[in-house]
Amino acid sequence: MTAVIATVRPHAWDFPLFVHVLGAMILVGGLLAGAACLWLARGDARFLRIGYRSLLVVALPGWILMRVGAEWIASKEGWTHKGVPTPRWLDIGFLIADIGGLILLISLIVGGVGVRRLRSGQGATLLRTTLALSVVLLAAYVVAVWAMAGKPT
Amino acid sequence: MSFVDWALVVHVLSAFAYVAGLVVFWVLIVAVRRTDTPAETMRMEPIVKVGGAATGIGAVGTIVVGIYLAFAVDGYAMWDGWIIAAIVLWAVSGALGQRTGAAYQQGMDKAKELDAAGKTGPDEGLLALNRTQTGLILHSLTSLAVLLILLDMIFKPGA
Repeated sequence: MTAVIATVRPHAWDFPLFVHVLGAMILVGGLLAGAACLWLARGDARFLRIGYRSLLVVALPGWILMRVGAEWIASKEGWTHKGVPTPRWLDIGFLIADIGGLILLISLIVGGVGVRRLRSGQGATLLRTTLALSVVLLAAYVVAVWAMAGKPT
Repeated sequence: MSFVDWALVVHVLSAFAYVAGLVVFWVLIVAVRRTDTPAETMRMEPIVKVGGAATGIGAVGTIVVGIYLAFAVDGYAMWDGWIIAAIVLWAVSGALGQRTGAAYQQGMDKAKELDAAGKTGPDEGLLALNRTQTGLILHSLTSLAVLLILLDMIFKPGA
C-alpha cells in the first residue's frame, strides 16, 4: 500500500475549487471543440464559424470562470496574502492561466478578423492561425492540469 | 512525484477529456439543429469521432485510475459513500451517453441514405432527426450526471 494519506480540505474551499475546476473543464472543452471544427472544416465557411464560436462562446467564458475560481481558491488557501511564498505548482498554474488567457484573446481577435473576411472568400489563413494557437493552448493546459493535480515540488 | 501522484494526474486529465468530449457534443448538437442537408450532416462525422475519442479515453481513464486510487490512497476505500456514488453516476452517464449517440446516429444514417440516393438538397425529415428532442434530453441528463460526479469528487460528502 502506497503511503499517501488522503487529505480532506476544509469544506469552505470546496465551492471555489468547484468553480475553478468547472471553468477549466469548460475552457478545455471549448478549445477542443474549436480546434476540432477549425481543423476538420477543410475550408467550409460554416464549420470555420462554428469552430470560432466555440472558442468565443465556450472557451472564453470557461477561462473567465477558471481564472475567477483560481483567485478565489488561492485567496481561501491564503496564498494571496502578502509575504506568503507560493508553491511552484501554483506559480506554474497562474503563469499558464494568464499567458494562456492572453493567447486566447489574440486567437479570438485574429479569428474574428478571419471570420469577417470569410464573406469575401478570405480569412482561412487567419483561422488556421487561430487553430494553431488553440492547439498550443490545449497543450499548455495539459501542463497546467499536471501542475495542479500532481503538485510537483 | 510518486506513482500515486502521477495516477492522480492521469485521473484528472481523463476527467478533463471526458468533459471536453461532452462539450464537443454540445457544440455539434447546437450546430446540427440548423442542418438540413445530407452533405452538411455528414461533414460532422469526423468531429463526432473527436468527441467520441475524448469521452471514451476520459471514461476509461477516470474509472480505471479512479478505482486504483481508491485502493492505493490511505484514507479512501472503495465502499466510501462518495466513491460508490461516483461509480454509479459514471455508469449512468455512460449509459445515457450511449443512448444519446444512438439518437443522433439516426440523423447521420438518414443523411447517408439520402446521399446514396442522390438527394443532396434540404430534407425536412433529416432536419427533424437532427433536432431530436430525445437526444437533446439524453445529452442534458448525461451532462447533469457528469456535473454531479464533479461535485461529488470535490465535496466528497461523508469523507
